[in-house]
Amino acid sequence: MKGRTISPGIAESEAIVTTEPIGFYGGIDPKTGIVIEKGHPLKGQKISGKILVFPFGKGSTVGSYVIYGLKKNGVAPVGIINKETETIVATGVILAGIPCIDHIEIDKIKNGDIVNLDADNAICTIKKI
Amino acid sequence: MHLTKEEEKILNGEKGEVMERLFRLLVRLGDIYDAKKMIPVGSVQVAGVSYKSIGDPGTEFLEDIAFKGARVKVLTYLNPAGMDLEDWKKYGFPADFAKNQLRIMDAFKKMGIVVTSTCTPYLAGNLPRFREHIAWSESSAVSFSNSVIGARTNREGGPSALAAAICGVTANYGLHLWERRQPTIKVNVKVDLNFNSDFGALGWYIGKQVKNKIPYFTGIKNANTDQLKALGAAMAASGAVALYHVEDITPEADLVNTKGLESISIGKSEIKETYNLLSTGKTPDIVIFGCPHASLREISTLADKLDGKKLKRPVWICTSRMVKEAAERMGFNEIITKAGGSIIADTCMVVSPIENMGYKTTGVNSGKAANYLPGFCKQEVCFANIDDLVEGQL
Repeated sequence: MKGRTISPGIAESEAIVTTEPIGFYGGIDPKTGIVIEKGHPLKGQKISGKILVFPFGKGSTVGSYVIYGLKKNGVAPVGIINKETETIVATGVILAGIPCIDHIEIDKIKNGDIVNLDADNAICTIKKI
Repeated sequence: MHLTKEEEKILNGEKGEVMERLFRLLVRLGDIYDAKKMIPVGSVQVAGVSYKSIGDPGTEFLEDIAFKGARVKVLTYLNPAGMDLEDWKKYGFPADFAKNQLRIMDAFKKMGIVVTSTCTPYLAGNLPRFREHIAWSESSAVSFSNSVIGARTNREGGPSALAAAICGVTANYGLHLWERRQPTIKVNVKVDLNFNSDFGALGWYIGKQVKNKIPYFTGIKNANTDQLKALGAAMAASGAVALYHVEDITPEADLVNTKGLESISIGKSEIKETYNLLSTGKTPDIVIFGCPHASLREISTLADKLDGKKLKRPVWICTSRMVKEAAERMGFNEIITKAGGSIIADTCMVVSPIENMGYKTTGVNSGKAANYLPGFCKQEVCFANIDDLVEGQL
């Protein structure tokens, strides 16, 4: 699938997918990479090392620093794929250097799919297991 | 995107490494969102101030920028810090936390940023005008300035707001453009809203429903700025609403196009359901007002309710240093302190480490606070109106 480059880079890993927006601040613990938002479908799951797939960001604008912190703490996702990346996530991934693209039909990606993300060319490919 | 000769020079590193790095972030964002040019901003509000939210990585990032001599070009305010910057010892904020928080404040001060920490800059001396382009970042302040004042800002991430402050410009896209400020969903309110918490409940419910749309409210008969502040804050927390319009109340409501919009309704039962949903705890250990930061009117109301009373458990009111100053002058602070409450400045319950201060259940009248406290402060929440909350602590 072809989208739009938000932050360049290349990554390949298992996808962790949610159809709910993610608020990084208060939603993900920057020290562990575990989703902590009450009621979120991904609550309790670890996003570290995965390709994180969600529609768009929500909530506090401090989210950019949380993404940057996840990277510095070594628990960031290796790539991010969105339907529509808003500025909070865009700022975070650019600063942290995490490959990210958007304008992707994310419902085609299933939890556990191995996804190759080539953000330099704004392409993601699903490799079914 | 078109860049002027001066802007090209920044990008080529002629104005130093920090300017280049931060301007590059703005250009990148502009390219992503199809901006045609950069526009000057009238003021900036930077989020990412509490040590609790940005941690060591964020602190080092800011110290590096300050150390390399970057200075802001426009009036720049800060979001709440993780503690009262003057009275932190008195309220029991941990000393090691305070040390790091003060490092962050020093870095900001070096950059020429006004080190008052508030999510309501518009109540503390940073007031944009109608149609002024600004780069603000705290989500409730963004909502208020866009919706209630009619200034124009996107929801800036903490670092992109800082970049706008240091460069004096932001990319012209999104909510800076009139065509992007049109409503995308109509919300018919079929319930009378009395307490500020009713507006918080409405906002929380609608934010969940509309996610990142621009709602146009009808049926809200009246709302003061405190209530609009509560409404917008909750919508930005449960959803990603950065702009809303209210028929006959907000400045752009008469100017936008509402034809053919999808429409949803909210009544008494949805508001009641939201109160129940947000209340996970039974009896609060502490009640905290002031999310977003309390106005002088809200503090005066609380002073009336607490006058001559004795609190069994703590009540905090979070506000900006400027409003606390006025509350002291009016004697509100004395009344509240005598009753056993505290007016705490520069910080709020969401960004302060209350979970490390022995509190497990927090009472709030804010939809935004009720949204964040379980995740970020590991709190059970009692969401209720001001009267019930105060009554419960006496």
